[in-house]
Amino acid sequence: MSIAEQVAENKLQRIGERPRLREYIRESWQRRTFAYTLARFNLQASTAKSSLGVAWLVLVPALQIMVYGLIFGLVLGNTRPANFLPYLITGIVLFQFVAGSFADGAKSITANASLVRSLNFPRALLPASAVISNVYRIVPLTGLMLVALVALGEPITFNWFLIVPDLVLMSCFSAGLAMVAARLTVHFADLNQLVPFITRVAFYSSGIFFSVDKLAAGHPILNPILESNPIHVYLAIARGSLVTGYSYDLYQWGLGALWALASLTLGFIYFWRAEEKYGRNV
Amino acid sequence: MVEMSKTPIENSTPVVDRKTVVIVDNVVVTYRVFASGKKITASTARVKRSGKLREVEAIRGVSLVAYEGDSIGVIGTNGSGKSTLMNAISGLLPIDSGAVYASSRPSFLGVGAAMIRELSGEKNVILGGLALGMTKAEVTAKFDAIVDFSGLREFIDLPMSTYSSGMVERLKFAIAAAREHDILIIDEALAVGDSDFRKRSEARMRELAAGAGSVFLVSHSMKSILDTCNRAIWLDKGLIVMDASAREVCEAYAAFVGAPLDD
Repeated sequence: MSIAEQVAENKLQRIGERPRLREYIRESWQRRTFAYTLARFNLQASTAKSSLGVAWLVLVPALQIMVYGLIFGLVLGNTRPANFLPYLITGIVLFQFVAGSFADGAKSITANASLVRSLNFPRALLPASAVISNVYRIVPLTGLMLVALVALGEPITFNWFLIVPDLVLMSCFSAGLAMVAARLTVHFADLNQLVPFITRVAFYSSGIFFSVDKLAAGHPILNPILESNPIHVYLAIARGSLVTGYSYDLYQWGLGALWALASLTLGFIYFWRAEEKYGRNV
Repeated sequence: MVEMSKTPIENSTPVVDRKTVVIVDNVVVTYRVFASGKKITASTARVKRSGKLREVEAIRGVSLVAYEGDSIGVIGTNGSGKSTLMNAISGLLPIDSGAVYASSRPSFLGVGAAMIRELSGEKNVILGGLALGMTKAEVTAKFDAIVDFSGLREFIDLPMSTYSSGMVERLKFAIAAAREHDILIIDEALAVGDSDFRKRSEARMRELAAGAGSVFLVSHSMKSILDTCNRAIWLDKGLIVMDASAREVCEAYAAFVGAPLDD
């Protein structure tokens, strides 16, 4: 009996082959509890050894805001954007979410090598879990951010609810980003060294503490590029909804949704296409 | 009875009419490693980038068929390709040529690091169960049985980084054994357990093999292979030297390495 006949007769499947996309999505969704649970446990473990524990999740961004506020407040002088502190707080808190997802996503396969080598499960759950743990961080931080805005004299409006869909779009965008980064660092371990630089460039070009609009205003090439930067779009929507003196254009919702959709679909497919190879390279 | 390597599968007619569970068809696995290419002397001891890609053929064309209820011992010297072959069969390691077919995705239980060292044994049980595809309710229902099987109840709330290698393997085996597997691959995982745990896990392996499944056991202990396996494969330098009943293979291997059989 030939191999093909034996395979057909016993209904055998080929092992080590990448599952079809539809099957892969179904299997990932089925085991989503694994991603949530891993995210939660990792978050607990990351702060378990310090005496202040989970308080650090809030303290670190608070310290960042103080340092940046002090330095850039002084350095920028009169050129700083209007309503500077609320502008800076929203910028830093939301940027940290995308940057954290990107950095954790990049490490998600390589840092869990022993898990990848010993268990069969859809690997996309690992970068997904990295983003979920950043979602767990951003939720209380957003609450704190809103409290800080109120304390700084910002009026509470109905527009504040718009931060929720904005965060949903950011999560989808970050998830795609994390999956691309996760696959790339498996192929080229050197990329892990570049992650901080990429984050820095994004930090300075997304208008966290200064206004990008003024920077390249009128420039025919640079301006559209900076304007369509997804992080800049999400920040513009957030500030337009939360901070007085700022507004956004309706097209920015469309652009933000487009970025989120494109990043999530393309990132997931890009990650899936190397599914069978993750065991070899880590 | 003795099948030499690269025997075409077509010739190995099944002795009994049992269902085929795994077909390994002429599998080749080559590792590509950066090697320095030069001997290190005092003057060249500083890292030199004169290295070139070196290819190591770990599996050089292995074919075998496993049937329902088979429990197959895999023996061979260190570096003979046992672990690589098991990784390839489980689908965790991509193969360079050939193919592996199986009735369902094999579950692999290998030695090595804890799952997530910073987390407690308890949390690793939950994560391991979920990764294996159990639902949260199933994990909760089986939690006590898993912990009791591992015999680590006192230490279950401690981080796994504090566990000895034997304790890690016990917990990993307990998690994997909690579920029914069609095909279970065990890579020297039981070597570190104490004799009491070994007896319990060997009994569990026989149960798993009896329940329609098939078990592969890599071990340096011929005693555990004789106790648990009906068939054995002897690998050397990436090729199958012998594929026969566990006793015959163990006797031949013992004669080859010059060790007594009852190790």
